[in-house]
Amino acid sequence: MNNEAENKEMGAVTTIYHEFESWNANLGEKTIHAKRMPGFFRTIKNYTQLALWLPFFLGPYLRWNDKQAILFDIQNRQFHFFSLTVLPQDIWMLSLVLLMAAMTLFAVTSVASRVWCGYFCFQTAWTDWFTWLEDKIEGNPAARRKLDDAPLSLDKIKKKGLKHALWMVLALLTGISFSVWFVDAHTYWDNLIHFNLPKVGWVVLAMFFFGTYILAGFLREQACFWLCPYARIQGVMSDSQTILPAYDVKRGEPRGKLRKGGGAVAEQGDCIDCFQCVQVCPTGVDIRNGQQLGCITCGLCLDACDAVMDKIGKPRGLIRYASLDEFSGKRARKIYQHPRTLVYVGIILVALSGIVYGLTHLGAMTLRVIPDRQPLFVTMSDGSIQNKYEFKVVNKTDKDIHVKVSAEGGISGQVIIGAEEPPITHHGRGTSFTIFVKAPGANVTQEITPIEFRVEGVEDPAVSAEYNSKFNGPKHE
Amino acid sequence: MSDKHDASGVPTTGHVWDDDLGDFTNQPPKWWMLGLTASAIWCVVYCLFYPSIPVSNAHGFFKGIGGWTAINEMEADKSVVDEVRGKYEAKLKDMTPAAILADSELTEYVTRSGKVLFGDNCAACHGTNGVGTVDKQGLFAPILRDDDWLYGGKIDDIHTSIVGGRQGVMTPHKGVLSDQQIDDVAQYVKAMSEEGKDKADADSAVAAGKKVFMESDCTACHGADAKGMQAMGSANLTDKVWRFDGSLEGIKKTVAYGVNAGPDARIAVMPSFKAAGKLSDAEIKKLAVYVYKFGGGQADAPVAK
Repeated sequence: MNNEAENKEMGAVTTIYHEFESWNANLGEKTIHAKRMPGFFRTIKNYTQLALWLPFFLGPYLRWNDKQAILFDIQNRQFHFFSLTVLPQDIWMLSLVLLMAAMTLFAVTSVASRVWCGYFCFQTAWTDWFTWLEDKIEGNPAARRKLDDAPLSLDKIKKKGLKHALWMVLALLTGISFSVWFVDAHTYWDNLIHFNLPKVGWVVLAMFFFGTYILAGFLREQACFWLCPYARIQGVMSDSQTILPAYDVKRGEPRGKLRKGGGAVAEQGDCIDCFQCVQVCPTGVDIRNGQQLGCITCGLCLDACDAVMDKIGKPRGLIRYASLDEFSGKRARKIYQHPRTLVYVGIILVALSGIVYGLTHLGAMTLRVIPDRQPLFVTMSDGSIQNKYEFKVVNKTDKDIHVKVSAEGGISGQVIIGAEEPPITHHGRGTSFTIFVKAPGANVTQEITPIEFRVEGVEDPAVSAEYNSKFNGPKHE
Repeated sequence: MSDKHDASGVPTTGHVWDDDLGDFTNQPPKWWMLGLTASAIWCVVYCLFYPSIPVSNAHGFFKGIGGWTAINEMEADKSVVDEVRGKYEAKLKDMTPAAILADSELTEYVTRSGKVLFGDNCAACHGTNGVGTVDKQGLFAPILRDDDWLYGGKIDDIHTSIVGGRQGVMTPHKGVLSDQQIDDVAQYVKAMSEEGKDKADADSAVAAGKKVFMESDCTACHGADAKGMQAMGSANLTDKVWRFDGSLEGIKKTVAYGVNAGPDARIAVMPSFKAAGKLSDAEIKKLAVYVYKFGGGQADAPVAK
């Protein structure tokens, strides 16, 4: 029969209408079962996710000079980055790193919208991996929906049990991988295997285990909709110049189902209303409704739509990365004609130069001198005036150093007491010691005399630090 | 008013407002009911576990089946601190103050806890940070920051002073010396401090005072060189630091009425902190090191480490 032949011919396309028939606002009462389709953006996403998060899993096992190469050693308040050790005194650089990260997010968002959400975010990545496991075990979205609705059976228990077990393994690995950035990985595994972790270790592991399991296994896109502040922040970062995955309304509308045999009717747009773009969307939004909060701009709907366009012999790009300016027919401006992006880039450069300055001017030693405030000075039995100072020396090298104490300025005839034997400064932490300066009373002519202290290594005078302080004396009428 | 009622067949409470507004008898969500029940159970368990009923009965009051008390919790928390301090405290027990002083790490530890001990036990007289206190008669208790020590500034001397306390003694000279003699000797003593002993000796203006000083009983305690004797706690009169008051009137008062010798005398009493039983041996050692570290401590022969 003719009809049958037609059915056969068009069947591959029209059957997709049965997969998904209507769409409602996603309020989370139904699980989104997104279809996985190969395509350009799918491939990109696979790589970007791995590029960012594989190092998260493997990075801590990198060793350098018999120590963990990158270690945020909270317990000892040190940050190790290969041969570099950063102590809390230099933590201001961290704020610049954070500033740079935030501004990079802003800049990228202003150029190409929520790139972070779609291609890098842990919520997106972990959800993607979790649903990949789900897809492998329970089958395609239709099969998954059927299994969800099916009554309890041995098969269902087996499939669900395996899925949850694998999810938990991944969640546990996540928790462990997070932890070993902060304590030595080898020690951590050793303690973990012997159930010997400290309490805080168990709490962190449990938090990340349950957090991963619940967020990636159950909350999924609901986290992007209702939990994530960055989703909203980034949403307002894009403007009419920002390119984002968008549906070409002029070309697509009026949408209409593909007629069997006859192709599209003349007045019908290119959109054949197949819901493939919704089907593949991990957050379950309909991109044809325009840019919206739920869209994480992952580009999977572009893959889906392009595949359909290929099948029906229409040009690709009904859904494509485009700016609102482009759709409204305005002249598309270049990236460098976007002042907001330039401001972000400017801030990034300032932060970056701050970090570079910080890293190149770390210094091996810092000195703080706190003059005693009560009393400001003491009159000694021979009439000389003595001031007491608390020296705080941070030795950032990797060995204990004895230091010489000297002073410039101050009172003529002054004597430094307390450093006759060079005091030791312990490596990797602050050491404090007391220094007295005694000066002949007759030479103390003013209440406050500036004095600059200097400490330097006995063996290596290049390791040194200075600090400006004051010498206090009695009031003169 | 709308005629559209899309919910049909759902039972309502039967209460009707504004002609047609009703109230569905919907169950609250299951998670909410579970939360409510769990909270109620939690309240009961909490009340049973902790002392929760503030009404006393024949057996005292309800103490809770968990046996929790604030004191126990505090003790448990304190044990964490004690553990940190433990390794230092264990060392301190068998060490002499001089040995502690020779160990820079222990000295750092001791001066920190010493600050608290000093504030609690010593500062009332010696002032915060040992700056001394002044009353209307002059300095009430000595400044501990300078290098002038009545009883010696070596670490063991300081330790001995804290353990045993000190009582200054100076006999009154009113009646023994004439007013003129007291005036003369006071001028001489003042000159010794201000100009130095050699100059004062050569100064004819205070020669009368010198004569009184050398010929009366002054030298018995303060010595012929007027530098005092630490064994008996007599003051060094040649330095710039005064125990009570360095003004002429102040010196005259001290000479006339003495120290700890009657109602008008100057008072110089430090109690024994060991006899008072308030401080442990280790605490006294800590205080000795702390005071030594004020800046006036006088080094001993180096201690073997």
